Amino acid sequence: MSRPALPLLLALVLVLMAFGAVMVGPFGLSPGEVLRTLVGQGDPQARIVIWNIRLPRVAAALLVGAALAAAGASYQALFRNPLVSPDILGVSAGAGLGAVAGIFLSLPVAAIQASAFVAGMVAVGVVTLVATAVRGADRTLTLVLVGVVIGALAGAATSLLKVLADPYDQLPAITFWLLGSLASVTSADILPALPAVLVGLVPLTLLRWRINVLSMGDEEARALGVEAGHTRFLVIASATLVTASVTALAGVVGWVGLVIPHVARMLVGPGFGRLLPVSALIGAGYLLAVDTLARSIAPVEVPLGILTAVIGAPFFVVLLARGRRGWS
Amino acid sequence: MLEARALSIGHGKTRVGSGLSLRVAPGEVLCLLGPNGCGKTTLFRTLMGLLPALAGDVLLGGRPVTALTRAEIARRIAYVPQAHAPPFPFEALEVVLMGRTARLGAFGQPGRTDRATALDAMDHLGIADLAGHNYAQLSGGQRQLVLIARALAQEAPLIVMDEPTASLDFGNQAQVLSRIAALVSGALDDGRSVVLSTHDPDQAFALDARVVLMHRGGILAQGAASEILDGPRLSTVYGMPITVETTTSGRRVCLPAVT
Repeated sequence: MSRPALPLLLALVLVLMAFGAVMVGPFGLSPGEVLRTLVGQGDPQARIVIWNIRLPRVAAALLVGAALAAAGASYQALFRNPLVSPDILGVSAGAGLGAVAGIFLSLPVAAIQASAFVAGMVAVGVVTLVATAVRGADRTLTLVLVGVVIGALAGAATSLLKVLADPYDQLPAITFWLLGSLASVTSADILPALPAVLVGLVPLTLLRWRINVLSMGDEEARALGVEAGHTRFLVIASATLVTASVTALAGVVGWVGLVIPHVARMLVGPGFGRLLPVSALIGAGYLLAVDTLARSIAPVEVPLGILTAVIGAPFFVVLLARGRRGWS
Repeated sequence: MLEARALSIGHGKTRVGSGLSLRVAPGEVLCLLGPNGCGKTTLFRTLMGLLPALAGDVLLGGRPVTALTRAEIARRIAYVPQAHAPPFPFEALEVVLMGRTARLGAFGQPGRTDRATALDAMDHLGIADLAGHNYAQLSGGQRQLVLIARALAQEAPLIVMDEPTASLDFGNQAQVLSRIAALVSGALDDGRSVVLSTHDPDQAFALDARVVLMHRGGILAQGAASEILDGPRLSTVYGMPITVETTTSGRRVCLPAVT
């Protein structure tokens, strides 16, 4: 397939999928009804369903999927490891703790999201600070190990809050949040996340060539003329901003940032200039499909994290078994 | 072009070598010779400013290397590491294109002229047909040539190669060495210099290089290979009896005593 054609094709598929997802739900809509409503006609009930419920949810799924996959592709290139996911530096563990603390303190929804976002960013900030202070021989390895440590600490604090939480009111909300869900998302929730994700994607897009060079290793990148430390810091900050924003919106959704960049790499190779947009497009489509399943396969909402794991884990094994194509 | 004055090298508090002084003139081949672990790679990293010197100065074009940015250094020195496998399946041409990074802006992308330069460099080494191949699946010798092509594409006046044949089998060693020899004789015409390290003294003879002979973290001798590489010196450096013989075709080879 010629080079620009694939992203265009993926974008087209995405639009069709989004249209289909708007039709699906307990209040089923025909393609004609959806079209009429989108151009400002149609009956009032369909208008409320589409504009207040379905479209925000579809938009949120697209945003979250695209953001997680883009951040995953960035982290994998930066850490030179295809098994890295966006929560490698503790952003999910930190955001989880922030959100759980917010729920525990019975804060309003917007405050819970803000708390999750801030705690996710703070967790990664602490990880980079500690890793700089430790000054291990291998900076990348030190970062990852400190990420594991801080993640474990945040996980312990989260568990403590779960033990202390009200088991009838707070605990189900906490559990649901830690598994990720878009069940109660509204336009007002998406509005703060969208600009943050876009702001994070700008440096990742601009630095796309340098990110390729960084994936040859720090020392080689420096010998090739890249100030590796600064560039790495900028990439980590951007990818963390992207991940923390959507985690605050949707909760902890695993697997997307790990698996989708592999699929994208199989399609377009590791060159980051193409990998980033294709990862984002596939990630958006994938999470839209998963979220549509989550709200339609059972009478109750299935948390996203359960579905992404159930689909992602065997898929990942298949990827590994197929000779690690797109990997080496 | 490149000058080291009374350099002490090492990692943190561990000193690997000291009192190292050497110069690389334009259009010269310098061969850094010494056994494994004598500090050749540490010296290279210090010369390129990747590792701070413990004492002494490195001057690059008359300016201290510590005062230059990474891009400024990369426009003056191109580095050829030992052949390695990257974690992702880049095309060989993409790897060569990475040599153009120091000529691009911080947010720049390699363009058409960069691609032409990269392909030229590959063609120069006779590996243009590998351009679209997966770098990770090439043989060790091919990968090494790709990395040398990347250094050519960098268009720096000085190319530094760290044991370019170290991990290669016998045939690949000979192939890579002959390409380097051809490159060196061609490059010297346009005034480029090459510094390479090796633990194999035969290579210094084969390249007819000026030699810096390293021993226990210091420099034992420097000068033309034919003048300073003799049995007694090599025996000292490698810690076993070695003789230098001349073959019937006039080539010099080093023979360790095998008892």
